[in-house]
Amino acid sequence: MKTTPESRRGAGYRAFLAHRLSGLALAVFLPAHFLTLGLALEGAEALDRFLAFAELPLVKAAEWSLVVLLATHLGLGARLLVLELGPWRGLRIAWVGWAVGIAAVTGLAFLAVA
Amino acid sequence: MSESTLFALQRLSAKLLAPLVVAHLALILYAVHGGLTAAEILGRTQGSATWGAFYGLFVVAVAVHAPIGVRNVVREWTRWRGRSLDLASAGLAILLLALGLRAVVAVVG
Amino acid sequence: MYILAIFPTGITDRVSASPTLEVRIWRGTDTGAFAAYEVPAAESQTVLDVVTWVQRHREPALAYRFACRVGVCGSCAMTVNGRARWTCRSHVKDVARDGRLVIEPLRHLPRIKDLVCDLTPFFDKWRRAGGWFEGEATRREPMPALAPGAEARQTVDAGIECINCAVCYSACDVVGWRPDYLGPAALNRAWTLVNDARHVRTREVLDATATSDGCTVCHTHGNCTEHCPVGISPTAAIAGLKRKVFRRWLRGGHA
Repeated sequence: MKTTPESRRGAGYRAFLAHRLSGLALAVFLPAHFLTLGLALEGAEALDRFLAFAELPLVKAAEWSLVVLLATHLGLGARLLVLELGPWRGLRIAWVGWAVGIAAVTGLAFLAVA
Repeated sequence: MSESTLFALQRLSAKLLAPLVVAHLALILYAVHGGLTAAEILGRTQGSATWGAFYGLFVVAVAVHAPIGVRNVVREWTRWRGRSLDLASAGLAILLLALGLRAVVAVVG
Repeated sequence: MYILAIFPTGITDRVSASPTLEVRIWRGTDTGAFAAYEVPAAESQTVLDVVTWVQRHREPALAYRFACRVGVCGSCAMTVNGRARWTCRSHVKDVARDGRLVIEPLRHLPRIKDLVCDLTPFFDKWRRAGGWFEGEATRREPMPALAPGAEARQTVDAGIECINCAVCYSACDVVGWRPDYLGPAALNRAWTLVNDARHVRTREVLDATATSDGCTVCHTHGNCTEHCPVGISPTAAIAGLKRKVFRRWLRGGHA
């Protein structure tokens, strides 16, 4: 038996995990996204057939989560860029909250317009 | 490629992607409003050099950014290391670049 | 007795009928098990006091390390209730949960026995990161004048008080995933040398920290910074190295 490391309980670690998992999910999704857009090569009808499929609730939910994942990855990634390449002013843990907030607002906005 | 190069390329592509993703997200929210149709998407993009350049740049940056990150994840969370992993990462970069540019051509060309 | 004056063994006799702590201590190496001990609680008591009490009164064969007991030597670090700490300056009342302590050796280091780790890999990495000073002045030359307020000197000062306790190394998730990663302490030391005006191997140190096991591997979780008992921020040091590596690459001078 081993105890859970306390290093896995902090906001910094959770931010890392969210950043990494959202990045992985986006990397898996991107080829599919590109293939879908490539349907336009076969004409607008093929793309429309897919877009009709995309109106199904489950597919819509998946789309929504991708938008949220992209916003999450963006927000947390921006924090990392500033931490790594900007002048050092602490771990900027508060930015994790801002990133999550921005992702949440983006997600809500998507729900509102979709 | 040296570790410094991979590090620098991933950060440079991230700096490039940040504003592009903001624009892309804004466009998604705008475009989804009122439902997506092929005619609407293609009407906006087809023949537009601006959108072509925007998404072309996006695709190139993503093809650089994602494989470097995925390679790091694999090295830390699995036992896969070495040359085969480097080749697979390069393969992912080429796949993203090829499929991505094909998609840009499809919606812009 | 002189020995008794130095080591706080007396606490047990004074509090024999008082409340007790439930203490579980790791026995063995990578394979082993926790052993449970009931230890008298005292008003003022460090985790190191608890381990010492167990060794004196219950388990003479219990292996653990300590030397100065005042937070200077960096030898008594252990994992206490899941968190790496310097045990000599961790008060039980601050770290115990409901009167319970779980004490394990540090993470990410080979275990020798019970609470004792082999720190060889930790110190080897200091050398791999180029972490030793080399000057060019001899004793016949005058002492170089270092302005304490200079920015580079202040950067050095921010990281120079490291006591090599390996708490940051134990708290670093990346060290756990990539055992060859140089880790926060070695990179922090390298950063102090990169900024030391008297140091002559700056370039080599930067090269040593820019390898596939070096500063670019860091994920900026910030665990090292949050765990450091003396308030150093290795995350800041590693970010400094990353900036240097990044700018050097932009200028085309990358290794």
